[in-house]
Amino acid sequence: MQNSKTMQAPSHKRGNSGTSGARRLGDRIFFNATLIFALLIVAILIGLLIVLNMDAMPAINKFGLAFLTDSSWDPVKEVFGALPAIYGTLLSSIIGLVIAVPVSLGAAIFLAELAPRWLSRPGSFLIEMLAAIPSVIIGLWGLFVMVPVIRNPVESWLGSTLGFLPLFQGPPFGVGFLAAGVILAIMIIPIITAVSREVMEAVPDTQREAMLALGATRWEMIQKAVLPYCRSGLTGAIILGLGRALGETMAVTMVIGNSYAITESLFSPGVTIASKIASEFSEASGDVYIGSLVELALVLFVITLLVNIIARLLVWRMTTVKAVIG
Amino acid sequence: MVHEAVNQADKESRSEAVAAAPVHVRNILEVKNLSAWYGNMMAVNNLTMSIHSRSITAIIGPSGCGKSTFIRCLNRMHEVSDGGRVEGKVLLDGKDLYARDVDPVEIRRRIGMVFQKPSVFPTMSIFDNVASGISLTRLWSRKRDLQDVVERSLKKAALWEEVKDKLNQSGGSLSGGQQQRLCIARAIAIAPEIILMDEPCSALDPISTLKIEELMLEIKKDYTVIIVTHNMQQAARVSDRTGFMLLGELIEYAPTKEVFTVPKDKRTEDYITGRFG
Repeated sequence: MQNSKTMQAPSHKRGNSGTSGARRLGDRIFFNATLIFALLIVAILIGLLIVLNMDAMPAINKFGLAFLTDSSWDPVKEVFGALPAIYGTLLSSIIGLVIAVPVSLGAAIFLAELAPRWLSRPGSFLIEMLAAIPSVIIGLWGLFVMVPVIRNPVESWLGSTLGFLPLFQGPPFGVGFLAAGVILAIMIIPIITAVSREVMEAVPDTQREAMLALGATRWEMIQKAVLPYCRSGLTGAIILGLGRALGETMAVTMVIGNSYAITESLFSPGVTIASKIASEFSEASGDVYIGSLVELALVLFVITLLVNIIARLLVWRMTTVKAVIG
Repeated sequence: MVHEAVNQADKESRSEAVAAAPVHVRNILEVKNLSAWYGNMMAVNNLTMSIHSRSITAIIGPSGCGKSTFIRCLNRMHEVSDGGRVEGKVLLDGKDLYARDVDPVEIRRRIGMVFQKPSVFPTMSIFDNVASGISLTRLWSRKRDLQDVVERSLKKAALWEEVKDKLNQSGGSLSGGQQQRLCIARAIAIAPEIILMDEPCSALDPISTLKIEELMLEIKKDYTVIIVTHNMQQAARVSDRTGFMLLGELIEYAPTKEVFTVPKDKRTEDYITGRFG
């Protein structure tokens, strides 16, 4: 049944069933108009890359590949390197994922598999609402409400109990990588939860019933039938969250402390690519300084592009698996 | 070897029961005044019947007559569906499946089920598919035992020769008929007492259907099979007893030959002669 549907699709798409000249003309206008819109989007992407490249040229010419491995940021001497920003971007995103993934998957399992319907619908809606809160508001809340809590008791407790790990050493600043990670977690939990819930609900009931009929408990059914069936979709959901965390700017800028340094301690202030650009772009002067900021943007662009491509591929793989099974 | 032991014990208790019974088969399952609903819609209406052990019982009837719902009540799968509700009794060897202290998970291990659409687990290998049910019981922790059980189950399901060289491939790589036999192997592997089949051939081609029918005749030596089918020829070919359902009620239930040659009820006659349905 599904096969025949996909077989028919192409002939409909071409829309060459109309025979009269007027309809053909209308079709052609419509075709060209939509083609232009589609091309426009591609053109914007390519244009963006070209402009970023051109503006970054002074920095690319001056530092070459060393830009990626250097950790200085000295506007006076005009020596710039991206390493602390790359490090901070990856570190804060990883902290965000470590916190967000278990929470999101747990919430998604509850909403998709366990919750009664009267609770599942509003629950999902509320979680998705969380994604609609502007990030500057989350940032403000983070700075005034969350950061003091993170400083004490969270960081002082972590320091006194897990202080033997370099991750949890040093003075509890409050603002820093940990605060940025927690803020990112809050921001990506809705998207990971929403996508994973949808992916789980797409698992056919026949799979659930087959596992139950073998004498599985509810948890065994989820663990052995539902989660394996949609695992690549779940990976896609997580990477989608990662993509958002990598590029998140405003809230992170407000709570990360903006210190251009690489430290092992999660308590110390740091910087991400996005926060660096946001906090310095307005006052940057000189081709090399501006070029370096633009080159940072280019680096972020490439990182998020890669992450999104991976997510796309995973989701695509999952949908093809589904098609094979019918 | 635990499997062997369980099977052995099982067989002994069965043969005792057979010896005790006045006829050579016993009533393994007794359904008493069973009614089932989806929300407010009644699907099965006050149904009473006895199922003979080591035989094939076919349930026939037009679409929507409640036959699928009925067998889903027999291993407590109906209550999994949205708004599914059951009243009445189903006695398995005298013990009510719907008694309060009965764990449905336990029941489903004793009464296996094969569904209309082959429902292999696509992320598991063929081997793991067969082992999926038994590994849930955690009785077969040793790899060697597991291999024995998987091989034996696949042989019983007449699939071993076709898959023995590719046990590590995905279960999704098999054809529809092979997938359905894989599902039967998976159900057999947990050594249930009864196997329920809900239109197991409706998605298959005639040759695969024939294979599954041969398979049913083979496994009824060890198991009790209850099959729901809208294919009357199939019921006539494989079953020992046939029940005809209409609008949630059991109209007639008798040895298959009688139902198809001398039906007692006018409605049964009309249905099997193709006057409706």
